[in-house]
Amino acid sequence: MARLSDGNVAIAREIIGRFPRPKSALIPLLHLAQEQDGYVAEDAMAHIADLVDVTPAEVFGTASFYEMFKFERVGRYCINVCTNISCQLMGGWELLEHAEHKLGVHAGGTTADGMFTLEDVECIAACTEAPALQINYRYRYKVSGADFDTIIDDLSHGRLDHEIPPHGTLARLRQRTTDRWTDIAVQAQKKVDSR
Amino acid sequence: MSDTDTEATVPAPVPKTTVSITVDGKPHEANPGQLVIDACEDAGVFVPRFCHHPRMAPVGMCRQCLVEVQGPRGPMMVVSCMTVVSADQAVLTDTPTVKKAQEGVLEFLLANHPLDCPVCDKGGECPLQDQAFSHGPGESRYVEAKRNYEKPIPISDLVFLDRERCILCDRCTRFAKEVAGDPLIHFTSRGNDTQVQTFPGDPFSSYFSGNTVQICPVGALTAKPYRFKARPWDLDQTRSTCTTCAVGCQTVVQSSRDELLRYQGHDDDDVNWGWLCDKGRFGFESPNSDQRLTDPLVVAHGSLSTTTWNAALDAATKLIKKAIADGGPTKLAVIGGARLANEDATAWARLAKRVIGTPHVDAQLGDGLPVELLGLPRASITEACSASTLVLLGPDLKEELPVLYLRIRDAAEKRTIRLIEISPTQTGLSKYAYTSIRSAPGEQAGAVRQLLIDEAEQLAKGQVVVVAGRSNLAESPTFTMDALATLQAGVTGLKVLPALRRGNIVGAIQAGLTPGDGGRDTAGILRDAAAGHIGCLVLLGADPLSDFPDYELARQGLAGAGSIIAIDTFLTSSSAMATVVLPAAGYGERAGSTTNIEGRVLPLTQKVNPKGVSRPDWMIARDLSDRLGGDLGIESLDDAHDLYMALVAALAPSSMPLSNSSSLPPTRGGYDLRLVVGHNLYDEGVALRTSPSLSELSRGAHARLHPIDAGRLGAINGTRVRITARSGRTLTIPVFADDAVPQGLVAVAANQRDQISDLIDIHAVTNDVKVDLA
Amino acid sequence: MSMSQYLVPGLVPTGPKIVTSRFEQADGYTYDGYVRSGGYVALRKAVSSMTPEQVHGEVKTSAMQGRGGAGFPAGTKWGFLPPTVFPRYLVINGDESEPGTYKDRMLMELDPHQLIEGIVIACFAFNANHAFLYVRGEMAFAQERLAQAVNDAYANGLVGKHVCGTDFSCDITLTWGAGAYIVGEETALIESLEGNRGMPRLKPPFFPASKGLYMQPTIVNNVETLSNLPWIINQGGQAFHDEGAPTSTGMRMFAVSGHLNTPGVFEVPNGTTTFRMLIEAPEYCGGVRHGRKVKAFIPGGASAMWFYEEHLDLPLDKPTVDKAGSMLGSGAIVVMDETTDMVKACWRIVRFFARESCGKCTPCREGTTWLERILKRIIDGHGRQDDLDLLLDVSDNISPGLAWPPRQTTICPLGPSAVSPIASAVMRFRPEFEHYIQHGRPIDGVEWHGASLHV
Ligand SMILES: Cc1cc2nc3c(=O)[nH]c(=O)nc-3n(C[C@H](O)[C@H](O)[C@H](O)COP(=O)(O)O)c2cc1C
Ligand code: SF4
Ligand code: FES
Repeated sequence: MARLSDGNVAIAREIIGRFPRPKSALIPLLHLAQEQDGYVAEDAMAHIADLVDVTPAEVFGTASFYEMFKFERVGRYCINVCTNISCQLMGGWELLEHAEHKLGVHAGGTTADGMFTLEDVECIAACTEAPALQINYRYRYKVSGADFDTIIDDLSHGRLDHEIPPHGTLARLRQRTTDRWTDIAVQAQKKVDSR
Repeated sequence: MSDTDTEATVPAPVPKTTVSITVDGKPHEANPGQLVIDACEDAGVFVPRFCHHPRMAPVGMCRQCLVEVQGPRGPMMVVSCMTVVSADQAVLTDTPTVKKAQEGVLEFLLANHPLDCPVCDKGGECPLQDQAFSHGPGESRYVEAKRNYEKPIPISDLVFLDRERCILCDRCTRFAKEVAGDPLIHFTSRGNDTQVQTFPGDPFSSYFSGNTVQICPVGALTAKPYRFKARPWDLDQTRSTCTTCAVGCQTVVQSSRDELLRYQGHDDDDVNWGWLCDKGRFGFESPNSDQRLTDPLVVAHGSLSTTTWNAALDAATKLIKKAIADGGPTKLAVIGGARLANEDATAWARLAKRVIGTPHVDAQLGDGLPVELLGLPRASITEACSASTLVLLGPDLKEELPVLYLRIRDAAEKRTIRLIEISPTQTGLSKYAYTSIRSAPGEQAGAVRQLLIDEAEQLAKGQVVVVAGRSNLAESPTFTMDALATLQAGVTGLKVLPALRRGNIVGAIQAGLTPGDGGRDTAGILRDAAAGHIGCLVLLGADPLSDFPDYELARQGLAGAGSIIAIDTFLTSSSAMATVVLPAAGYGERAGSTTNIEGRVLPLTQKVNPKGVSRPDWMIARDLSDRLGGDLGIESLDDAHDLYMALVAALAPSSMPLSNSSSLPPTRGGYDLRLVVGHNLYDEGVALRTSPSLSELSRGAHARLHPIDAGRLGAINGTRVRITARSGRTLTIPVFADDAVPQGLVAVAANQRDQISDLIDIHAVTNDVKVDLA
Repeated sequence: MSMSQYLVPGLVPTGPKIVTSRFEQADGYTYDGYVRSGGYVALRKAVSSMTPEQVHGEVKTSAMQGRGGAGFPAGTKWGFLPPTVFPRYLVINGDESEPGTYKDRMLMELDPHQLIEGIVIACFAFNANHAFLYVRGEMAFAQERLAQAVNDAYANGLVGKHVCGTDFSCDITLTWGAGAYIVGEETALIESLEGNRGMPRLKPPFFPASKGLYMQPTIVNNVETLSNLPWIINQGGQAFHDEGAPTSTGMRMFAVSGHLNTPGVFEVPNGTTTFRMLIEAPEYCGGVRHGRKVKAFIPGGASAMWFYEEHLDLPLDKPTVDKAGSMLGSGAIVVMDETTDMVKACWRIVRFFARESCGKCTPCREGTTWLERILKRIIDGHGRQDDLDLLLDVSDNISPGLAWPPRQTTICPLGPSAVSPIASAVMRFRPEFEHYIQHGRPIDGVEWHGASLHV
């Protein structure tokens, strides 16, 4: 939908400045775009291409490699149920099935009200707490069917807004480049790169 | 860095220049640094491969080329395309393990590959098909559903992609990024869903897209101009040279049933490394065009009508004789010849200068440089690409000499050369340049003087080569020559690679299609003709009305000539004004040779019969000479070739410094913008107009202005503006803001549908125009 | 359901706590809390009173093996850097995604400053001025904690210009992945850091230590590996070496999951603790649920060959486990009890690799998907007689000989990893597969659905 806003362009430039080569900032900038719009819009990719001096095809090539980037709208909340081995052993599939019934969509689908997207995902590094899931990449452990229903109810009523931002936002806190940033290696690499 | 004059005095021991390895037990001497796959091939053992391509960096991803190498812990499986030979390496290509692995990879590749060979363009020349026959496991054990994609989708105006056939070898995508520098196609998604795609709304409109079709090891990429035209086994082929521009790319010309069907790049170390630009590659459509001239034409009852060779040659002879009778041989003038083969040009130069005796001969159409340029010590393309400094003093090579652009881009990208560019606007090479200097029309020499100061150290480091040509048709060539003279005076041992664009312009010049003593160049000839001083004007494949920078002069010249004889392959707007039109054999229809910008004499091969009764140009010259009672000294193609080669042999590089006129550009009026006119690859030239697949690709004339200048006009992209020349003539075309154009300049491409040549005064040293909203 | 953002791993009854020492300190993740409990002492010591060579020396003495999977000694790896080529980089692998693995996330969430301290110590030891901390995209909470910690560390002069007031300077760039297991492989991680698709590079020639990020010398180390450094500098490399076994030194974190009474993450003496202790001891996992028996267990992440009852008494020692035909990998132990449907377990792991193949190598891209489809077909009741031979033969074309350590027709070990569960399960539990093929369902006594819902 949208190019990056002016505010986000400023953040983008700060991010680019922390890498010796602009293209390295591609994935962080895609996250930024996804944070802005909830998904990665075509215009945003073209804008990012400009910012890091590559073609839009290269941006899309990189972006589409990574599962977290969505190129169409998804729900306000992405619910990722792990079904990998440790969770499978502890009921991950049953949890997923329960979730499918509860939300009325299959894994991969988005509810009609645009609130929830359900996904069947690979290991999310919570294996000892199986079955586990993430809501917009925030964890819930040892989730039972009843737990799941509670989560949905809480999310629907905005009771978790303090903890779980809408889809697209990862860390709510950013690294900041201050005057203590040295830039030694960045400049050294630029010297190596320049002919 | 150590100082270069403190060279070691002890002679270094002569290093062994080869690496001893064994391939399947047989000893072989490989080149140091060579890849195992190539060494095996040299040793006579072909290792199957799909992703490996000798002109691109190895990626080792298809895994077809697995071999075993004897290591400390027994044989190790490696990909031969990414393993470098090492001393005493024992390479095993046919052990049971290798065979099993190779068959396994092939089975994997075929798992998802459709079984549509019978309707596939690649069928019959498909490496995958061949491999499947020779190494394949036979019946497939893969019973699951195959990948399913929308069948061929256009990824550009010229290329289709069938993702079901694609084996993801990364050749096309690597080519786009590494070789062409146009990464507009890319792998997308991951794993088994990986596919090649363009970005939505951003097609693969690279000038070099056709190469991907050639290097695709399956039938995934197909070229629109060739799709379903023929099956490979019906094709008959021969080696030749592309004459679309003067780079001299080596080609394979393929035909079937006396029709040209395809050009492929031939891998030649010196010139094109196997690549072609799309204009050259798909230009085979033009000679096949049904608009081709097939018969001689003579004006009868006020219009051109078909006649016989005898009648036409008689008519032409009469016109020539009449001109001579009216005022001597100098009443006759010849324009053109860059389309001709060396032999044709030799015959025509002799006809004009010796048989008829006129010095008014010029193969350049006001867009070249004085012929002294070719007398300077010449650099080859490879020398240019391995110089320590390469100075670009000429046009945008990407637009005018595309494969030279590829070679230089490659060298600049790999940083084997330092590229210094002096040009009025940014070019395709600017972003690869070490420095890219903007110099307004006429200020080249000044820029060179500054360069000699600023980069003195770099210029003294080693060989300097300059690529010299016309960066602006709307300025006097003197400026470029002065800049060249300045550079020559400031750099020792300077070598020049001429950036002249027209197909065989170098051959034509070397053959003598240049003004003789007291002879006029094209502009002079047209001016004389306009003044009524030319009794007979011969257009040798030339179309001044669309192809000469000053349209008004061309128009007046053609109108004022006593008569016009045109020798051409098409009836152009200029040849349509002729009294006699003689049809010439086209590309692929005649044998001979051509000379590229390096001075390399390269073969042209006849592949099909000339269209209609058209004839090679040298024959036409001979016939006219006979009728004029002269002695051309050419009875056969070989005669002409020998004469040409003798001329070439007699050429010696001049050690004379170029003269420097120290011209300065006039100051620009306050409201004026200075005009810069260069070429776009896709223009309205006859070869493009008559190639249906290419004819739609020219953008049409448009002006480019610096965003500030555009802003001041109040123009947004696409706004139509009126450009007014000093002469008062105007042209109304759309404008685009482009920061590649410095402030104060307006850039317009030559020879587009709306002709900027309408506005250019070829005798003005610069052309200043006013631009305002239409 | 546990609602807390993190949990406290099991207590460690023997040996010191090295990397998990602050896990129970409520403010251990904050700058103040970290400093209060002895944080950044090691860094100060290293940069102000030691030479880089001495720091490197301590790490070499410790003989600490990398914790990312390959188990290569960190000190030795650093020694591969060409001495005169600069700039050089440290890349921290925080992409933890090997199924069963859960430790790096904990270290990043609960003790981010320990990691940062380790990073700067490492940079000092091998003269790098720039580190890239690449955190798995899905770990939002770890990212927040690290962002705070890095900003605080900069503000307190521990990162950036003049670390601790010395001449040594070093930047850390924080960056997140975006969902791709393969990016955990070090050369793919480098590609990803360069803004590319995370497709591995062939080693040789692209060994990161010589041609890594931007083709410059680069060390890639795992989060846990680096988190050990402050302790090593404080206590000395020898003290580290004295913990655990000589062939697997120090303490090490293991995530033990699956059919257990009290699954958890434990930091235990490396090389001496046995699988049985972890699985059965009450202070660890307290045995298999419902008192059942172990049918199989994965000793080192989904890529590893499976172990069985007879392997329970092996120590968690790298050479021992390697010799027994598998690996400790990323410290991920997954236990399956008698009721486990082995065909389904095998399929689920193969599906993981098929989904995560980067697509670069033909055998991995085509082969893993093919294997997955055959297995799915068997589970869905459409198995064919020759499917088992086909499975093994297709596997053989990815990993010739089905040997251990695997030989590979691919660039990286991901492709061959998909073969591990097949080689393991088909060889050991062939009758279960045959039963599926004949009857379209699992043998009696296993739970078709893997398990019923927990709780
Ligand atoms: C397919 C694959 C996935 C990997 N994933 C991870 C990972 O998620 N985290 C990690 O630290 N190492 C991972 N590794 C290992 C890394 O390549 C690398 O060896 C490690 O980060 C080096 O750090 P260390 O020496 O400190 O262990 C993976 C390797 C492979 C082949
Ligand atoms: S083995 Fe698989 S994951 Fe690894 S590089 Fe090859 S295709 Fe990619
Ligand atoms: S040719 Fe070597 S891997 Fe493709």
